[in-house]
Amino acid sequence: MSTPTITTETRPDPSASGNALTQRRSRPGEVAFRLAMQACLLIAFGVLAALLTWVLVKGWNRLDSRLWTEMPTGLVSRLDTAGVQSALVGTLWIISLVALICLPIGILSAIYLEEYADNTRWYNRLLELNIQNLAGVPSIIFGILGLGIIARALGLGFTVITAAIVLSLLVLPVVIIATREAIRAVPQSIRHASYALGATKWQTVSRQVLPSAVPGIATGSILALSRAIGEAAPLIVLGAVTFITFNPDGLDSGYTALPIQIYTFITRSQSEYTELAAGAIVLLLAIVLAMNSIAIFVRNRFEKRW
Amino acid sequence: MNRNVLSRRVLAGTALAALALTGCSSNNESADGGDQLSGEVKVNGSSTVAPLSEAAATFYREVQNGVNVSVGTSGTGGGFERFCKGETDISDASRPIKESEIEACEAAGIQFKELVVANDALTVVVSKDNDWADCLTVDQLKAIWEPNSKVANWNQVDPSFPDEPLKLFGPGTDSGTFDYFTDEINGEEGASRTDYTASENDNVVVQGVAGTKGGLGYFGFTYFEENADKLKALKVDGGSGCVEPSLKTAQENTYQPLSRPLFIYVSDTAVKKEQVADFVNFYIEEIDDIVLEAKYVPLTEEQKSTLQAEFDALKAAA
Repeated sequence: MSTPTITTETRPDPSASGNALTQRRSRPGEVAFRLAMQACLLIAFGVLAALLTWVLVKGWNRLDSRLWTEMPTGLVSRLDTAGVQSALVGTLWIISLVALICLPIGILSAIYLEEYADNTRWYNRLLELNIQNLAGVPSIIFGILGLGIIARALGLGFTVITAAIVLSLLVLPVVIIATREAIRAVPQSIRHASYALGATKWQTVSRQVLPSAVPGIATGSILALSRAIGEAAPLIVLGAVTFITFNPDGLDSGYTALPIQIYTFITRSQSEYTELAAGAIVLLLAIVLAMNSIAIFVRNRFEKRW
Repeated sequence: MNRNVLSRRVLAGTALAALALTGCSSNNESADGGDQLSGEVKVNGSSTVAPLSEAAATFYREVQNGVNVSVGTSGTGGGFERFCKGETDISDASRPIKESEIEACEAAGIQFKELVVANDALTVVVSKDNDWADCLTVDQLKAIWEPNSKVANWNQVDPSFPDEPLKLFGPGTDSGTFDYFTDEINGEEGASRTDYTASENDNVVVQGVAGTKGGLGYFGFTYFEENADKLKALKVDGGSGCVEPSLKTAQENTYQPLSRPLFIYVSDTAVKKEQVADFVNFYIEEIDDIVLEAKYVPLTEEQKSTLQAEFDALKAAA
């Protein structure tokens, strides 16, 4: 093909000019493009910075241990000694259960689709298409589905386990897609080598492919859980209550979660509620940030290069 | 390969730590004493009534910390939907139950009682310097407050009023007061002109109206009472003559349309549960403190005895 020739023709020859660097900068098109990119970055970063500054300033007085040691109160006069413990514990309950439910199902589904399924079969392709579609379904739809089927038809009620199942369904496609990407990134040569040494399919998958894919799977899974932790819409229809002064004590317990609590505090008119909401937002951001940091740590620490 | 084993351990460890944390903090301190109850009381419904139920729940926890009271705010309609499916014990409501909702309850075999727990009233206030306006009709209030209203002078409200710029103050869109006022006056909840000084802090409204000769604002009646020396309350004509806002007119429900009773609904199946019956009983006993805390208009002695009688009837029927 003639591709190399074209490249040399369009690219300026560095040896032709004495200072290629300054020459490149002086091109108006390139300067404009660079400025446009920087502006985009600035917008994204600026909005985030403004948001963070707002919650930090608003919630500054509330950023202490009261947030997680104290329960919410129904008395405005006692709001300065109130916290969001029940919401924090509710969120931790839900997210732990989501991890227990959705990670095994998601990862095993992905292994099947990637290593075992014959994707020339129509039903496997249908499955794949559906998983891609499910990832784009608005979360409130999952909430309504959970209300009708899990809470009412299956009779699980408005409980922690209902919330966990629905959020698991919500992030399942994300886990499956991320895991498939990670498995696909393991070179075929590894599998071939394993087979060549006489390993069975199961031995190859469990001892070679999966361990190599762990960083990708872990990153994708943690990011999926981070998404689940911030979801409020499905929980609103799933009967997360807005005022609760006890922590969940079992799968069938009533609950609330941080996003719900923040939402209800914000809609209250008293300024004490706004402050408490800002404090809770910082707490939620800290949890998400911590989870994402774990994801980055796992990826950097265990990433394999071939 | 060792690294991968390690990585799995790290992940498992993190998951375990998260579980351990939830496990520890979910231990309820067990209450001693023979008459300590346990179990759950599920309240759901109107966000206007929620401050009452939340205050009741907070007070109740001080005497019965083994009972888990939760309050949800699905709105009056959403609350009834769950209540008539037997999913909640108590339904908070800012309006009486509708015919269709009663049918749903009957279909599920749920008997209930309507208990009035507080009176809600809004007051339209002007400056003490305002010597022309004394009473406004609902139509005049609507002309002032409706979306895109161009009324900017008192003489546009009524030709007999002087040429005095009209300056408006009111609560922000997050408050229940705003929802109630816009619903009753403008006919649609949340529909309001937006070019007024809005503040979630009622003090701002008080200061603003008190310091502006042509000022006008509105907020909860109890707040007017606390500031009656600085402001003048307008009478409101809801179609049957001018009525002055007062404890009496609010309690008698004659101050229309800006006063209304607030309800809780309790079902017969719920009241059979010892902890629900005890909680409602406590709610009724402490109703004065609860209403004071939530800043609504308290019940009259007559309303209180009706409340007690209705609840007794429900317990007897259950």
